[in-house]
Amino acid sequence: MSTNIDHIKEEHHHQPSGLMRWITTTNHKDIGSLYLWFSLLMFFIGGFMALIIRAELFQPGLQLVVPGFFNQMTTMHALIMIFGALMPAFVGLANWQLPMMIGAPDMALPRLNNWSFWILPFAFTMLLSTLFFESGGPAAGWTLYPPLSLQGGNSMPFVIFSLHLLGASSILGAINVIATILNMRAPGMTLMKMPIFVWTWLITAFLLIAAMPVLAGAITMLLTDRFYGTSFFTAAGGGDPVLFQHIFWFFGHPEVYILILPAFGIISTIIPAFSRKKLFGYDSMVYATASIALLSFIVWAHHMFTVGMPLAGEIFFMFTTMLIAVPTGVKVFNWVATMWRGSMTFETPMLFSLAFIILFTIGGFSGLMLAITPADFQYHDTYFVVAHFHYVLVPGAIFAVIAAVYYWLPKWTGKMYNETLGKVHFWMTTVFVNITFFPMHFVGLAGMPRRIPDYAVQFTDFNMIASIGAFGFGLSQLLFVYILFQTLRQPVTAADKSWEGAEGLEWTLPSPAPYHSFDTPPKVD
Amino acid sequence: MSGSSYYVPHETKWPFLATIALMIMFIGLANYMNDESTLTLTLTGLGLLLIVVYGWFSYVVRESESGLYDDQVDMSFRWGMAWFIFSEVMFFAAFFGALYYARELSLPWLAGDGSGVSTNQELWPSFENVWPSNGPANYGGDFVVMKAAGIPALNTIILLISGLTVTWAHHGLKEGKRNQLILGLIATVLLGFIFVGFQAYEYSHAYNDLNLKMSSGIYGSTFYMLTGFHGFHVTLGAIMLTVILFRCIRGHFSNENHFGFEAVAWYWHFVDVVWLGLFVFVYWL
Repeated sequence: MSTNIDHIKEEHHHQPSGLMRWITTTNHKDIGSLYLWFSLLMFFIGGFMALIIRAELFQPGLQLVVPGFFNQMTTMHALIMIFGALMPAFVGLANWQLPMMIGAPDMALPRLNNWSFWILPFAFTMLLSTLFFESGGPAAGWTLYPPLSLQGGNSMPFVIFSLHLLGASSILGAINVIATILNMRAPGMTLMKMPIFVWTWLITAFLLIAAMPVLAGAITMLLTDRFYGTSFFTAAGGGDPVLFQHIFWFFGHPEVYILILPAFGIISTIIPAFSRKKLFGYDSMVYATASIALLSFIVWAHHMFTVGMPLAGEIFFMFTTMLIAVPTGVKVFNWVATMWRGSMTFETPMLFSLAFIILFTIGGFSGLMLAITPADFQYHDTYFVVAHFHYVLVPGAIFAVIAAVYYWLPKWTGKMYNETLGKVHFWMTTVFVNITFFPMHFVGLAGMPRRIPDYAVQFTDFNMIASIGAFGFGLSQLLFVYILFQTLRQPVTAADKSWEGAEGLEWTLPSPAPYHSFDTPPKVD
Repeated sequence: MSGSSYYVPHETKWPFLATIALMIMFIGLANYMNDESTLTLTLTGLGLLLIVVYGWFSYVVRESESGLYDDQVDMSFRWGMAWFIFSEVMFFAAFFGALYYARELSLPWLAGDGSGVSTNQELWPSFENVWPSNGPANYGGDFVVMKAAGIPALNTIILLISGLTVTWAHHGLKEGKRNQLILGLIATVLLGFIFVGFQAYEYSHAYNDLNLKMSSGIYGSTFYMLTGFHGFHVTLGAIMLTVILFRCIRGHFSNENHFGFEAVAWYWHFVDVVWLGLFVFVYWL
């Protein structure tokens, strides 16, 4: 065996360079960067699709694209933004931050980490390639409801296998996160002393491991229904198309909290830093996050109030859904109480976080409206729903990611971004995001259905405003890319503790942080 | 090693190669489902995947046997395996959920219960809710049900005994009784493959004699998906046990340090528990 030891040790001495470095890397910072860059790329691809949608909807009638392609755009825009932009962005942040925050040298399972990332570019190549098929890409919506999704073209098995791969990647990533948090904390860091971002990611990882396999099951049944004659979703064979909706949303609702819980963690980190106060109600934040996660498993059918469920079901899912407002409210009040009488300053990460609190809360309230079953009969599948989930995902989740990037960029690169440009980016983004999505509330309440390339003329004005906002929002994000590259060209000047009020182990490391975060575990009191 | 007490592997080619193999396999399979002749491509991908898995695991086994892993790495592996098994539980939960939904909700509704009254009267007035069912349109034609007594009951006993033999082998490993370890493992592997053999026989019996097919409505769908994915997991588990058996014969593992053995034993017990659920809800009730 001794020859084996020498062999293995020797192999570990040379470090590959160029492309091979990124392909073979097991380092949490390398992999975190890969995730973040990949997410940015997907954000622009998905955003480009959104602009095609908004360009078509600028006026009633059909101008630019045929309806089939329009449906492919709505389907792909959602799949790419959820699985390609947001989830990888949060995993990238987890990769960069978790080991630094808990005082570890790296993630617990570095090879698995490499695998979870490298599945993504291949799976998305497969998914995007379906757009070039003769029969086109998937067009039944990202929820893949049968019987419509069973009637699609040749893209279907490709879409399903790419989702299988993305799910596998998420599960592997989540297993890694949990193993890291439970097993790699510095001595003295008890669970209730962990940074709140670590807590939110621990709970998110649990949601991922519990929810993603259910999606895998659901889409596997779609596949066998289409190709191997099973009748899970066919009434004539004793199944039920609604069964798919139940299984899908049993995954789908935890999934939306997968997209927002890490964002809560980021906001709960940034607000105290720029208020120069400790986070108000740390314990209640932890319990609120855990409550939201547990509730997410018993609310799924609020996505399908109009499908024809028994009354008892409608009422049960209405009340459980409304219950979620309680822990979420705890969080919002805690953020506000954290700022109360703090010495606040308004650097770019703080601005994005403040906008998050206000705009996410608007999205939360429209969610409460949708939770009321009788009201939902009016709102269901209208632009009001589109407005709701874009408010929680764009000025919610995406704002949190952007805030996190500005906040930790000096730690990652040792370089400070241009504060003036950052503020310009913030104001442009915030103004345009509201111009884009706020009018959708009105057209939705007035009855404009979603996923339709044409609409009645009375909706024209608000749609024009939304389209102008969307293009403005898209352009503003080019400024973000410019700021990122401009920052990377700066000399290393950032202090180890880049923000006066920042707390946490990552700020005890040099900026930029060393390749292996903590060689010897720090002591936490 | 970066001077820390923790082992951080510095580079690896295996995950990337595994992804490429997976992609070849899935592209082949997806095209095959669309009636293209890409079976060879699919099998090539599968073959490459097996080679990569073999290479990756051999590498890890060599590292483990060279003593590179400390207690903390061991604990990371434990958490990793435990949560992986939990994800598998949730995968099966989706199919069990489909089974319960069909039996408790969709079939009664199709037979006119609750809000299903008009569906039943307009479309299938003669349909009654009995289990097993292939639906109101009698998909796949009349079939005979797979009875719980017979092969399924025998397979239950086989799996339960295999759970005992693997535990017996584990005790052998912990107490340094090598013969008990090897014998216990051989027995477990044999029982595992006998189970799979019986299952294959049962499928051929169902297709040829009972007219019970995947296309036999909701009963055929749930029956084959649940038992099929379970059988696939038993096969994987039996292969993993075989690998562990060869490692034991080569003298791997110590009585203190043998997580590879334990991980596979956990997996085997998981497969066992899923089978008990299957036996009760698919075959028996």
